[in-house]
Amino acid sequence: MNNPLVTPELGLIIWSTIVFCILFFLLAKFAWKPILNAVKDREASIENALNAAEQAKKEMQELSANNEVLLNQARAERDEMLKDARAVKDKMISDAKVTANAEAERIIASAKEAIQHEKLAAITELKNQVATLSIEIAEKIIKQELSTAEKQKSLIDNAVSEINLN
Amino acid sequence: MLKNKFIKTLVFSILSLVFINSIQADNHAQNSSEHDGNHKKEASDEAYDPIPVIMHHIADAHDWHFFDYNGHAVSMPLPIILWTDNGLVTFMSSEFHHDNTGEHVVEKKGMRFIKFHEKIYQLKDGAPAGFDYETTIKPLDLSITKNVFAMLMSVLIILIVFIKTASHYAKNGAVAPKGIASFMEPLIIFVRDDIAKVNIGEKKYMKFMPYLLTVFFFIWFNNLLGLIPWIGGANLTGNIAVTFVLAVFTMLVTNFNGNKEYWGHIFWMPGAPVPVKIMLIPIELVGIVIKPFALMVRLFANITAGHIVVLSLISLIFIFKNAAMGAVSVPFALFISVLELLVAFLQAYVFTMLSALFIGTAVAEHEHH
Repeated sequence: MNNPLVTPELGLIIWSTIVFCILFFLLAKFAWKPILNAVKDREASIENALNAAEQAKKEMQELSANNEVLLNQARAERDEMLKDARAVKDKMISDAKVTANAEAERIIASAKEAIQHEKLAAITELKNQVATLSIEIAEKIIKQELSTAEKQKSLIDNAVSEINLN
Repeated sequence: MLKNKFIKTLVFSILSLVFINSIQADNHAQNSSEHDGNHKKEASDEAYDPIPVIMHHIADAHDWHFFDYNGHAVSMPLPIILWTDNGLVTFMSSEFHHDNTGEHVVEKKGMRFIKFHEKIYQLKDGAPAGFDYETTIKPLDLSITKNVFAMLMSVLIILIVFIKTASHYAKNGAVAPKGIASFMEPLIIFVRDDIAKVNIGEKKYMKFMPYLLTVFFFIWFNNLLGLIPWIGGANLTGNIAVTFVLAVFTMLVTNFNGNKEYWGHIFWMPGAPVPVKIMLIPIELVGIVIKPFALMVRLFANITAGHIVVLSLISLIFIFKNAAMGAVSVPFALFISVLELLVAFLQAYVFTMLSALFIGTAVAEHEHH
């Protein structure tokens, strides 16, 4: 006689086979498939979300790096502009100085010329007046000197005496 | 002295139950006939023998026995379904009136049936009542036994649990698990990641997931249900017929999915000299059967042993005829029961893991050098 513990009963084997097969097909169709799919989908969506977050982080980093570059560029540009402006200002000032100097010199020169001109004119005028006066005086003197016949004779005598006939 | 004797009794009772020996079975036959329906007499007369009671608890039965009251068994009758030479015969097990000695005869369709040690026999024409190999035939017994009933209940529970889990995802989409799904999802993922993916490989594991999950949860749930006294006390996963069926399924799944390389390793082991190749063929062929055989025995032995240890510890009270012994055996039985909770999971894991391993070797693609 066999030990009942280790003798498989045919009835139970048949029932187990049937029940296990039914359980397998029911679970496979109504439980494992939807559960495994849902878990897989969720894992995929979590992974996607993580990847997206990573991507966003990277983009943010890139963006901030870009910002930094832009800022630096802007700063450099500003510095450049300031430098330019300063140079322009200096140039303008120096140009203005040069122009002003030139103008001043020109004005001074023309003033000097005018003065010279006026001076010459004045001298000429003076000379003319002096000449006129001198002539008038000479006339008067001559008139006075030659008012008498003796005086006219003495003059002629003087003049004749002075003439050297050698 | 007393202590020595008790240890000896314990060791003997466990060893004699676990090892296959016909003497023990015969003993059981005699003791059982004295024991049935007559606990009180035994208790007062001679040394209490725990073996029949334990055997009765771990073996299959035709009715669901709850407890004895005043010498009468209180149990739920289960349907008996027999396939005989005259066709199908069905009746309730209560018609035997708890007789297990083969004396009570039930007549159906002109055939006479007796129940002897929870097995149904048909008496030959003119044979007297009582069991004898010469005078009985064993019809095909398709009864809803205690184990079949327990299996149906467990299947119902498993289906409810997992269809409910699945409905959570169907309702809410692929969201974080809640309720029952949050208990079951980690286990499903455990089976997927730590059993299937590791042993079968990333590419092919998905095909075998339904089988592995079904095996894992079928074994685990039934291991746990078997630990509940009275309502679930059926020793289903400790029944060799059930573990046999599970092991056969693993064997079929493994060999039907075996690829060219798998069969190549069995019939013409690459890289070995020709004489060795020839020698290896029978060894590998035996291996096809031995692997699932080991699965069958491991699960059966582990679960049955757990039940035997718990029952043996409780039996100490009756062996010593002293209720004070309960102070010792109850904590011990509790400890073993808690250990069995771990074993219940562990054995489900081991069975599934080894199944996955066998499938993995059958579908693996080897790299040739």
